[in-house]
Amino acid sequence: MIYFDNSATTKVDDSVLETFIQVSQKMNGNPSSLHRLGDLADGLLQQSRKQIASLLQVKDSEIYFTSSGTEGDNWAIKGTAIEKMRYGKHLITTSVEHPAVKESMAQLEQLGFKVTYLPVDKTGVVSVSDLRNALRPDTVLVSVMAVNNEVGSIQPIDEIGEVLREYPSIHFHVDAVQAVGKIPLDLSSSSRIDLATFSGHKFHGLKGTGFLYIKHGRKIAPLMSGGGQEKGRRNGTENVAGIAAMSRALRLLFDQQEQKTANQRLVRDYLMDELSKYPKVQLFSTKKGAPHIICFGLQGIRGEVSVHAFEKEDISISTTSACSSRNKTTSSTLSAMGVPEKTATGAVRVSLTDTNTMEEARQFLKAFDALYQNFKDIK
Amino acid sequence: MQYNEVMVRYGELSTKGKNKKIFINRLSQNVRAALRDFPQVRVHGERDRMHLELHDANSEEVLKRLKSIFGIQNYSPVMKLDRDMEQVKQVAVEMVKEQYAPGKTFKIATRRADHDFELDTNDINQLLGAEVLRNVEGIKVQVKKPDITLRVEVRLNGIFLSCETIQGAGGLPVGSSGKGMLMMSGGIDSPVAGYLAMKRGVEVEAVHFHSPPYTSPRALQKAKDLTAKIAAFSGSIEFIEVPFTEIQEEIKKKVPEGYLMTVTRRFMMPITDRIREQRKGLAIFNGESLGQVASQTMHSMIAINDVTNTPVLRPVVSMDKNEIIDIAQKIDTFDLSIQPFEDCCTIFAPPSPKTKPDLERTREYESKLDVEGLIERAMEGLVFSEISVGDTLAAQQEEAFSALL
Repeated sequence: MIYFDNSATTKVDDSVLETFIQVSQKMNGNPSSLHRLGDLADGLLQQSRKQIASLLQVKDSEIYFTSSGTEGDNWAIKGTAIEKMRYGKHLITTSVEHPAVKESMAQLEQLGFKVTYLPVDKTGVVSVSDLRNALRPDTVLVSVMAVNNEVGSIQPIDEIGEVLREYPSIHFHVDAVQAVGKIPLDLSSSSRIDLATFSGHKFHGLKGTGFLYIKHGRKIAPLMSGGGQEKGRRNGTENVAGIAAMSRALRLLFDQQEQKTANQRLVRDYLMDELSKYPKVQLFSTKKGAPHIICFGLQGIRGEVSVHAFEKEDISISTTSACSSRNKTTSSTLSAMGVPEKTATGAVRVSLTDTNTMEEARQFLKAFDALYQNFKDIK
Repeated sequence: MQYNEVMVRYGELSTKGKNKKIFINRLSQNVRAALRDFPQVRVHGERDRMHLELHDANSEEVLKRLKSIFGIQNYSPVMKLDRDMEQVKQVAVEMVKEQYAPGKTFKIATRRADHDFELDTNDINQLLGAEVLRNVEGIKVQVKKPDITLRVEVRLNGIFLSCETIQGAGGLPVGSSGKGMLMMSGGIDSPVAGYLAMKRGVEVEAVHFHSPPYTSPRALQKAKDLTAKIAAFSGSIEFIEVPFTEIQEEIKKKVPEGYLMTVTRRFMMPITDRIREQRKGLAIFNGESLGQVASQTMHSMIAINDVTNTPVLRPVVSMDKNEIIDIAQKIDTFDLSIQPFEDCCTIFAPPSPKTKPDLERTREYESKLDVEGLIERAMEGLVFSEISVGDTLAAQQEEAFSALL
């Protein structure tokens, strides 16, 4: 089985699962309980937080646990909007964001907020000057993903941060779900990023875990009200086992990170080079993008069909975003990049992780070649 | 820079005359204990000063540890070099560079214990001075009150360079003044009182009263964690838990509300005193400060102190709350202290305790209780443990959790 759909989700690492099991069996107390079992759970919760904060070089108090990347995006965006609406109701984002961001923005538009969606060039990257021009006195939020999940394009986060230094009251949110462990991400005290979303199951943790980074001093309204957990900002009994597992997964992710991303880049480059030799193949990702994502289209064949054809060879890939796969809509990222719809319907995505090998890539290409020969003559 | 020696200068120690030797030995002992995990370090406590030979032990870490040892006035990291002027020149420049910031001035201060050395004091001052001027851009010489003084000592066994004097913790070596019992409540004041006692050379043992199930295990742990924090100044502290539940329940049943607190304290004192006797201590220490709470008026102190003749020493008696808090933050006990776990002092606290309890009445109410029996039973239930620096719950848990994370 060749699993090339890591941007949709990743395999849970064995040691990470082991942590989840151990904690569930032996430290299953509610961290808010007054007894020893509660103490133990609370201690582990705080230690997990400390480790995550240390790996990202931020303060413990800046990490808040959530249930997913989608929740993190919702909270960052709606939380900012609610908190800052008396100062302004203009939000800026890009036209290639994950549905969690897009739909949150759409919902706010329904409630009277104004949203500017920055266009992207044909490689899927926003322009910093477009952002600069879009800023208004009533802008309260800029939300830009660090790495696009469909094509892997990397947004100019640092440069956007520099522009926003002149606008210290605007919240700068970065969806870092696809970026962590793949490209450098600076959240240290000198960084301009205020909010950053992370999702556990994207780096070999469990589904149902994630966290939001909130820079010290930044206030966003809570979305989950309740018993006072996470300093009353994100209520709900903490999923200690999942969180501890996620903390371990993050540590493993950063262990030898450079070598891992270099390996992924090699495999990706190899795939890109080989695929581009086929006349009917159009590459939508570039080598300047994230090291683990290749989005390409096979002319004349619907993406779904390719996915099923690969499935027959025991290879898992995806049609652009898994979150939209079943909706049968074409990729909005590709259309924002100016890719005509007819071409976009043929798009599929290969997404790697550090355990994918050149050998797997070779097998993929073999299967692709067979597929190609089969379908190339179909109009 | 990795230094190979440290020069330690004594504080008040040096005026002690006959006791000087005892103090120096005690200080040497404490320094050795603090550097327990650096067995290669040799500690030489001499009459005028102490010097440590590091033998490749990490000098940064050693210097850090010395900071909290009482009895040290100041100390200097030293480079011991062979009597080779070329090497001395090189290292001299390096050491000055480390201390240099634009605008600072320097001078070389040489002392020769070996008068037969080929160069005399002035020669050395000039030679090294010139070398530093040549190699440290922008630095200037200043003979009176320079910012940086590079001290050079020429002895038979080598040339010793030192450039930095680090302020020590002052005080007297822990243990040189004898042993004292600290009443450790878990509030902000008692750890500070303990620290101040240690500063004057007292070897403290922490006595903590707890009343389960009225007081929580977390409250007990907090007292232990605070003890671990002040153990930084002595290496380890004996922690003595006193089971206080029966006494508190009895008092609540039989003593009128206004005198609850006074009588409770009148039990804590003799128990602490008996422990003191058992442990061969000389005095009792606590964190009382005048006027803070009802028990801490002078009237209350009369009523409470009535039960013993042992000196009850109160290091923070004349400090304002914020002065105490400043120290608590300095010794890193403040954040722990403010954690809101009820201790036995608060759990049975009456709404309006008497600030001026009548001594006669106090004795009368107390006589209704089986004082001797209650105290004896508490003494039988004492639990002893040794708490070392770094033994906080957080540190212990960290170890257990790191296997999972």
